[in-house]
Amino acid sequence: MTPSGKRQPQAWTHESLQREVDALKDEPGAMLPILHAIQDRCGYIPEAAVPIIAETLRHTRAEVHGIISFYHHFRSHPVGSHVVQVCRAEACQSVGSRQLEAHVKQQLGVDYHQTSRDNEFTLEPVYCLGNCACGPSIRVDDEIHGRVTAEKFDRLVDRLTTSILEVQ
Amino acid sequence: MTVTVYVPRDTTALALGADEVAALIAQAATRRERDIKLVRNGSRGLFWLEPMVEVETAQGRVAYGPVEPDDVAGLVEAGLFDGGAEHPLARGLTDEIPYLKRQQRLTFSRIGITDPLSIDDYRAHRGFAGLEKALTMQSQAIVDEVKGSGLRGRGGAAFPTGIKWQTVHDEPEGRKYIVCNADEGDSGTFADRLAMECDPYMLIEGMTIAGLAVGATQGYIYLRSEYPLAHRVVNEALRRAYAAGYLGNDIRGSGKHFELEVRLGAGAYICGEETSLLDSLEGKRGMVRAKPPLPAIQGLFGRPTVVNNVLSLAAVPFILDRGGQAYADYGMGKSRGTLALQLAGNVKRGGLVELAFGTTLRELMEDFGGGTASERPLRAVQVGGPLCAYLPESQWDLPLDYEAFAEVGAGVGHGGVVMSDDSVDMGEQARFAMEFCSVESCGKCTPCRIGAVRGVEVIDRIRADDDRAANLELLSDLCDTMVAGSLCAMGGMTPFPVQSVLKHFPDDLTRSRGGSPC
Ligand SMILES: Cc1cc2nc3c(=O)[nH]c(=O)nc-3n(C[C@H](O)[C@H](O)[C@H](O)COP(=O)(O)O)c2cc1C
Ligand code: SF4
Ligand code: FES
Repeated sequence: MTPSGKRQPQAWTHESLQREVDALKDEPGAMLPILHAIQDRCGYIPEAAVPIIAETLRHTRAEVHGIISFYHHFRSHPVGSHVVQVCRAEACQSVGSRQLEAHVKQQLGVDYHQTSRDNEFTLEPVYCLGNCACGPSIRVDDEIHGRVTAEKFDRLVDRLTTSILEVQ
Repeated sequence: MTVTVYVPRDTTALALGADEVAALIAQAATRRERDIKLVRNGSRGLFWLEPMVEVETAQGRVAYGPVEPDDVAGLVEAGLFDGGAEHPLARGLTDEIPYLKRQQRLTFSRIGITDPLSIDDYRAHRGFAGLEKALTMQSQAIVDEVKGSGLRGRGGAAFPTGIKWQTVHDEPEGRKYIVCNADEGDSGTFADRLAMECDPYMLIEGMTIAGLAVGATQGYIYLRSEYPLAHRVVNEALRRAYAAGYLGNDIRGSGKHFELEVRLGAGAYICGEETSLLDSLEGKRGMVRAKPPLPAIQGLFGRPTVVNNVLSLAAVPFILDRGGQAYADYGMGKSRGTLALQLAGNVKRGGLVELAFGTTLRELMEDFGGGTASERPLRAVQVGGPLCAYLPESQWDLPLDYEAFAEVGAGVGHGGVVMSDDSVDMGEQARFAMEFCSVESCGKCTPCRIGAVRGVEVIDRIRADDDRAANLELLSDLCDTMVAGSLCAMGGMTPFPVQSVLKHFPDDLTRSRGGSPC
């Protein structure tokens, strides 16, 4: 039960989105489980999902949009091969996360909420990963890394980009 | 003879390379033809020693740590599989490590000892004893036991848990819910995560007992999406608990019924606030509701609902098993039982410390924490999360007790202790408090939604020496307005860290930095 690697996002069709929605629509408070299911599958929540969710759950499209945009976790655009989250919260700040943030942005050549030009990395801020005794902390896909230095981050990026090449 | 070797697998141990250490140990055993049983236990919470490898010996478990992958070969050479002590990473008997030995672990008594998903392990350490007892009791008697323990909510507001349960218990029969607040959004806190990753049946047992106490048959664990491992562990534990008859219809042949599932949050700090959490569970944006009505009367889907923090619920199995009085025997004043303190930030020996209320902050940070990791002087400590004050040295001798902290305008909150050394710029920290609020506000009320944005701007002007005196006054007024006019503690408490900086570290705010702050 160690953190699994990244799930490969799958292509979606109208029908596959409808199936995800139908599978959960009768749960009490089905909205969040549905949004999670779609994002887990596609890597983001396609615009095309909005009317399907709205009609199935009897909401307006505006409401569905409002919910998606309220939560930091949900994204309306595809992401890179890996999502990198840097912890910006206080405990990590006290051990140098501000410098690490600057390094990560420079290294990946992006700001928060952006994807690198080679489409490898999407960068996001996060407020605490529960690893506060061993910061600075980052999350790469479903794996958390502790005591991250600039060098450690660079090695991690190298490893991730190299293994992708090997797979291809 | 088979030797049992333990390599933890909570988020922090994994974040420091525990998987690779485990793999190398397994390889080394094969190469040396040693018959080992590798157990992936939970973490003891001694994060400064993670990954902490343990080996079972005739004298008890012996510990090695922190073990990095490069250390494995040398450790095996030095007799790891026989509990050899001739290695710089050898720590002797685990139970004798002072950091652990000096704690008073009631809730975390099993943590790091067992395989988190093994029901047999759980039972072998008094797991489900509280539930077995509760199954034979009247619901009122269960509520009374919790009242007698003096347990107060561990999620921040410290409201008496027994009284909350009584309210839900007294509502007319019908659909009622138990909701576990596993949002743990505060920086510097990880005790909920540890409990869920390392002893998940304890939470399941606590919630089931709560269901029996108030007459609820459905529970939800609202878990933050930042905890992917906890999500997997709790889901697997639920599956096994159902299979073993501890959940579902006719629990252990008692005729009682309780269903439990995990619902994932989506990265919104405000969803830790209980009414916002309920809206989120119902499938809406997580907006704070005005109280009354209390969730205990009109909660999830308009029905009576117990909303409790993970650790409040996790304390319940002990209370039922040993009796409320046994729990109440620990602590001071109106703060009964134990508090899960979490040493975080710039600390040499960070980790979980469970102690009866009453220890001083200084004892905790020095005796357990060993001071800062950077070995520079400690300067400021934030206790209780991002909405609580920064404490200067003059306040470090306070005993950890809800009332003693409240008296100086500080909070114990969820028990997180974030230490910063003298390189910290407190002006930056004050700015961050406002910035965090502006990112995380639910937006329902103006003092919080607009105030936080203005707060950042005013602090920027102060730091840029732009009409400083007037802006300092404006900041102080703005803080007062947010405290007085916000609907919930997000806007109502965000000024606390800022005001503490104004009061105790004013020079940091006004230290001229010429030009725009970063
Ligand atoms: C902005 C805000 C965030 C909160 N975050 C949490 C949280 O992450 N976990 C938690 O248990 N309580 C949190 N609370 C407190 C809850 O509203 C509520 O008091 C608590 O869940 C009740 O459980 P307890 O009585 O067992 O502590 C938060 C409150 C506020 C105002
Ligand atoms: S204080 Fe902030 S978070 Fe709380 S209800 Fe008002 S806007 Fe929402
Ligand atoms: S503050 Fe960064 S992991 Fe908690």
